[in-house]
Amino acid sequence: MEDTNVILLWGSNARETHPIFFHHVLRGVRNGAELYVVDPRRTSSARWAHMWLGIDVGSDISLANAMGREIIAAGLANEKFIPHATSGFEAYKSHVEKYTLERAARETGVAAEAIRKMAHAYASAPRAQLCWTLGITEHHNAMDNVVALINLALLTGHVGRYGSGVNPLRGQNNVQGGGDMGAIPAHLPGFQHVENDELRARFEKAWGVTIPPKRGWHLSHMFDAMERGELAVLYVLGENPADSEADRHRALQRLGSLEFLLVQDLFYTRTAELADVVLPAAAGALESEGTVTSSERRVQRVRRTVPPPDGVRDDLQIIFDLARRLGHDWGTPDAESIWNELRSVSPMHAGMSYRRLEEMGGIQWPCYDESHPGEMFLHGRLWNEPLIGPRAPFHVVEFEPPVDQLDEEYPIRLTTGRRLDDYNTGVQSRRYSSPLRREESLQLSPEDGRHYKLREGEHVRVSSRRGSIIAPVRFDSGLRPGLAFLSVHAHDRVATNELTIDAVDPKSGTSEFKATAVRIEKHERT
Amino acid sequence: MNPSPKDALQGLDAPVATIPVPRGPVPQAPLRPEPHWIEITIDGERLTVPEGSTILDATRKLGIDTPTLCFLESLTPVNACRVCVVELEGSRTLVPACSRKVEPHMSIKTDSERVRLSRRLVLEFLASSVDLSTAPAVQAYMKRYNADPERFGTTRATVAQPAKVDNDLYVRDYSKCVLCYKCVEACGVDAQNTFAIAVAGRGFPAHISTEFDVSLPESACVYCGNCIGVCPTGALMFKSEYDMRQAGTWDESRQTKTDTICPYCGVGCDLTVQQQDGQIVRVTSPLDHSVTRGNLCIKGRFGWQFVQIQPAGK
Repeated sequence: MEDTNVILLWGSNARETHPIFFHHVLRGVRNGAELYVVDPRRTSSARWAHMWLGIDVGSDISLANAMGREIIAAGLANEKFIPHATSGFEAYKSHVEKYTLERAARETGVAAEAIRKMAHAYASAPRAQLCWTLGITEHHNAMDNVVALINLALLTGHVGRYGSGVNPLRGQNNVQGGGDMGAIPAHLPGFQHVENDELRARFEKAWGVTIPPKRGWHLSHMFDAMERGELAVLYVLGENPADSEADRHRALQRLGSLEFLLVQDLFYTRTAELADVVLPAAAGALESEGTVTSSERRVQRVRRTVPPPDGVRDDLQIIFDLARRLGHDWGTPDAESIWNELRSVSPMHAGMSYRRLEEMGGIQWPCYDESHPGEMFLHGRLWNEPLIGPRAPFHVVEFEPPVDQLDEEYPIRLTTGRRLDDYNTGVQSRRYSSPLRREESLQLSPEDGRHYKLREGEHVRVSSRRGSIIAPVRFDSGLRPGLAFLSVHAHDRVATNELTIDAVDPKSGTSEFKATAVRIEKHERT
Repeated sequence: MNPSPKDALQGLDAPVATIPVPRGPVPQAPLRPEPHWIEITIDGERLTVPEGSTILDATRKLGIDTPTLCFLESLTPVNACRVCVVELEGSRTLVPACSRKVEPHMSIKTDSERVRLSRRLVLEFLASSVDLSTAPAVQAYMKRYNADPERFGTTRATVAQPAKVDNDLYVRDYSKCVLCYKCVEACGVDAQNTFAIAVAGRGFPAHISTEFDVSLPESACVYCGNCIGVCPTGALMFKSEYDMRQAGTWDESRQTKTDTICPYCGVGCDLTVQQQDGQIVRVTSPLDHSVTRGNLCIKGRFGWQFVQIQPAGK
């Protein structure tokens, strides 16, 4: 990031949500990189940008496809990389032909000249980084958004090289590690597909059990299955879906339909309040031993820094005890032994002994053996002569507006996000006293404030097609007329997810938290 | 084995790509040009160091412990404190080791009478006006150079003033401030780029200040605490540590430090967690960690009150 020439930060307010990553961005900028920020809001990240593209919520594909068209038309596509390492370029080229700058300007609200300028800067740069966060993925077409960006990296060859790459910035300290370990529906640890008989057989042999040969459900599937009555028992570890699910009213109904709900958490969350049994758990990163994997695939050790309170056990102990009650004695839990077992079944982790993790201060996967240094970036194989492995495909994706459309009744676009000093549903972060924290408020543009004849601090009723909440108003000059913002941190006071829509991306299982149509009315407090 | 990732996009029942994809060559950073090596002499001993090194780098290479106050590896040298000065042959004045780059054939003395006197005076001037009771490193330097701040008398000017306690996260006690500028640099271009503080005033009244001297909650401060992380004298201090010191319960002999990874976002910042009697009292990050360079954000540095919640802690 510090040695690159152009940085595109797309749908990310990293200045507040990934502050230390943004230090590296700023070093890059001070070393001469140009920063482009694509975000409906003029955020604190956008204030550092050479150019801010204030895109209309959910129109990212139109912008990306128009950039692709412009790059091709200007002769800036990478003519060495495309034939060498990609497939589907011709189909992509003819598909994006209709995404003219003028069309994109109309669909995205971004000036054609700004799109052209960003396209040229990105494609002409010797090195360029493309980073995104939930502004891309919290949409009903999340995966399409992601591949629209990846198409740009393939088009320009900004992938698999030092200083050039695609970087989804991870929001939690081990969300990468969770996926790596197989806590996703289709994969066993190390991204080995559960429906691949040969791979599954290796795990069955190692574990001495039969593994169901079909992938499972992701979170959104589970909630659908609750409604159909197919899912009756839920075991929730360190998650607070009663607050974090879109369309919360419906999510609570679905959780209420369960026959049995078991919650294992540090906190007595709203989800725990609904549970039949709550198991108090130790804090993973501060009260337990183990590893986490960061956004840059770096596996690092977490350690017990303080003992957990009396009566609180760490997750491993709880899971081992549960297994014993279910008739499987796994012995005494020990984080390092479990890690070594993982290394024996996941080739990409094989070289990461605890000793090496200590000595090297973490290792980036893949790390195939104990002489392997780990890999600072992925996809270098695409530049190898001859090409190693399969070609990277272009994908044809079409712009689709958000599901929750604006109309006369619901004319304001509400988008949601996070603030610097808080974290997700707030159960973890709202226990320290932050001088920055203000009463959760609906942020509106000053123009809309005048239009609705509102004063700062005045309460409004915010209604969507699913629910309605009361919140005070605050003006934010980083918002354009017609755009409103709420965080997701304070569901006890301002239950943002009463409003949001559970329009789910069928490919990733993510709901469209970023785009809700709302109506605002003055609320006279009684 | 490796169906095209395109299939992953066709819907839920389609096969998903098997990753990891085949191994390629291990990626490498581009080679940096081999530096020119420069020969210098320090305290009669010859050595070669890469071009661009400072005299401080060279003295450290020889194992010489050069005192520093305003210098930190992660910050741009500001040459404020002058405690690192050395004698450079041919130079009229002493030169600061922390910022002076080596040049061919330099001959340097690090422990001459002139160097020792200068360092002693710097330490005496500081200690005569500033409360250094929470700066053990400075106290050790004073011992080494026989510094005696008392010789300036009891009516000397000091920066004594009440500590500023205006938020729950950290305290600013400018009676302990040696004006090393490190906090200003960490708040500015060297790390945080928030620019909430600067040096205001001139001469003896010069002091670290927020804009218009407003309280921290009214200032641009974002409470990353990166200023605390670099403060060499304890002028900037966690409120948790300050309160324990006030109560007389701060006891470093009962404390341990353990490194872990921040429980918040996915950047992977290393936290050095300091605890006393099972309670977290301070959180820092190693200066040499490739992700943080010693810096954290408000959540990582202060957001740990959630641990040690009693079961059913409503």
